[in-house]
Amino acid sequence: MSESLLMKGNEALAEAAIRAGCRFYFGYPITPQNEISEYMARRLGEHGGVFVQAESEVSSINMVYGAAGAGGRVLISSSSPGISLMQEAISYIAGAELPCVIVNMSRGGPGLGGIQPSQSDYFQSTKGGGHGDYRLIVLAPATIQEGCDLMATAFDLADKYRNPVMILGDGMIGQMMEPVVFPEVLDAASLPHKPWATTGNEGRERNIISSIYLDPEELDAHNWRLEEKYRKVRENEVRYEILHGDDAEWFFVAYGTVARICTAVIQRLRKDGVKVGLIRPISLWPFPDEAFEKVVDRAKGFLTVEMSTGQMVEDVRLAVNGRKPVYFYGRTGGAVPTPRSVERRLRDMIDGKAPSQTDYFDRVGGAKK
Amino acid sequence: MNPVYTRPKSLTNVVTHYCPGCTHGIAHRLVAETIDELGIQGRTIGVASVGCSVFAYNYFDVDFQQAAHGRAPAVATGIKRVRPESIVFAYQGDGDLASIGMAEIVHAAVRGENITVIFINNAIYGMTGGQMAPTTLVGQKTTTSPFGRDPGTQGYPVKISELLSTVKGAYYVARFSLHNPANVQRAKQGIKKAFQNQIEGKGFSLVELLSTCSTNWGMTPQNALKWLEENMIPEYPLGEFKTGEGE
Repeated sequence: MSESLLMKGNEALAEAAIRAGCRFYFGYPITPQNEISEYMARRLGEHGGVFVQAESEVSSINMVYGAAGAGGRVLISSSSPGISLMQEAISYIAGAELPCVIVNMSRGGPGLGGIQPSQSDYFQSTKGGGHGDYRLIVLAPATIQEGCDLMATAFDLADKYRNPVMILGDGMIGQMMEPVVFPEVLDAASLPHKPWATTGNEGRERNIISSIYLDPEELDAHNWRLEEKYRKVRENEVRYEILHGDDAEWFFVAYGTVARICTAVIQRLRKDGVKVGLIRPISLWPFPDEAFEKVVDRAKGFLTVEMSTGQMVEDVRLAVNGRKPVYFYGRTGGAVPTPRSVERRLRDMIDGKAPSQTDYFDRVGGAKK
Repeated sequence: MNPVYTRPKSLTNVVTHYCPGCTHGIAHRLVAETIDELGIQGRTIGVASVGCSVFAYNYFDVDFQQAAHGRAPAVATGIKRVRPESIVFAYQGDGDLASIGMAEIVHAAVRGENITVIFINNAIYGMTGGQMAPTTLVGQKTTTSPFGRDPGTQGYPVKISELLSTVKGAYYVARFSLHNPANVQRAKQGIKKAFQNQIEGKGFSLVELLSTCSTNWGMTPQNALKWLEENMIPEYPLGEFKTGEGE
């Protein structure tokens, strides 16, 4: 194991991708993820890799399609508006069953929105941002170290299931610095063989990468075959963390950087004897329903905290399925929930002061005292 | 018996879905002959676009990727960057390349990607049923220019070869026509050059082929070839617009 390095999240993720055997990167400038492209432009060549700055996100993700189809271990990164532009090709990549890793260091929307951290791309990431019946595997790191560890996992899952995998971060995790430890650079020879890739048909039947099935019966069969694959992903690739699952009565539900804010609040509340815990989905798709099964009987309520107006909370409600109250607190557009405001919402919930759980309490975000 | 004319090895032995009289068949054959003659079948990777040639991968006996509408040059870029030893060609129509895919083709040329692009220009959208293309001639009637293309509201035909010849990174840009045997032979030489350039690592090559769409033009195949000669060639002059990198 190598030494601990202090690195910016974006650069650390780029280095983690290189160590995981990624040799092909296609990008287009957009804040707040540019350090990934810049790092790749500087460093990928040292490892015999290729960096291409495309003319648009539309083009860069289609380069990924070609490169992944040719058997490369491929990374692309962008931020919310850029990821929106990529959705058509992401649908093609899923339809043609090509492996790649997509990093979204998300920022506030809709439209041009802002450049500050946000979690408002949850729907787009987990519910199919493009057309058709397909799924992305979506992984949400809470720390830079976890992001680096998940990078290798993401490439392996992409190859295992021949499916695009998204690492969903936000501007905060991309821009902050933390100590990080990397594994050694993966031996390229250990990467999986891809007999389906377009490499030239010398000595074999030709390989075709395509997502077109004009015959309705064939398309139906293709879709159900994909669904069967997604079922396996649901069964095998759920990732989450539960804090204080053994005694907590009240649970925060949060992912990524917001989970860290909730963790800080939990430490403070538990000093006062409040039995509070955390469910932190790491795989946003597949969503970790089973984490809720483990605690729902004892739980008195769940408070979902997001940097959005309430997106993941819908999956939380589905998982809890009416058995216990589910409340929500959100800030958007780069306004990050403060520990104090998060703590107050939890205490309100415990004290029965929160409005109906079907109404977002504190509609005006943190502006209200 | 010694056959003098056979199916190229790089074409599969299937019936195509193209309309009778369509020049896609000629263009496919010329590309396949070229692949055979250069001995590159085993390392050629094609990129099919969206349009009538979406199923090109059924007809070429080489590895193929089917690209999203207009994005074939980007997909070809991705393939070539991963497999520089492969010979990568994109096969695109005019709706795909000259309309929705304008950015991708221009920037592939700007980067001087070492790929070959076969550009079929038949002045109309074929697969979707005869709508106006950016290459549609002034006055030409299509389903979306039912009174003839009006430059006042619909602009003038875009000339891809002339446009790309201004791009320094492009190595070879040429326009040929498929309307008679003499021109087909010239087109063959241009296609061969465009692949040979890639083998030699010279960079981006594009061959534009003036083609017919007798179905959507509403003509017999013979009349379509005549219409191409009389109407398209004056608008789209034939020749090599760029040979070699630089201004």
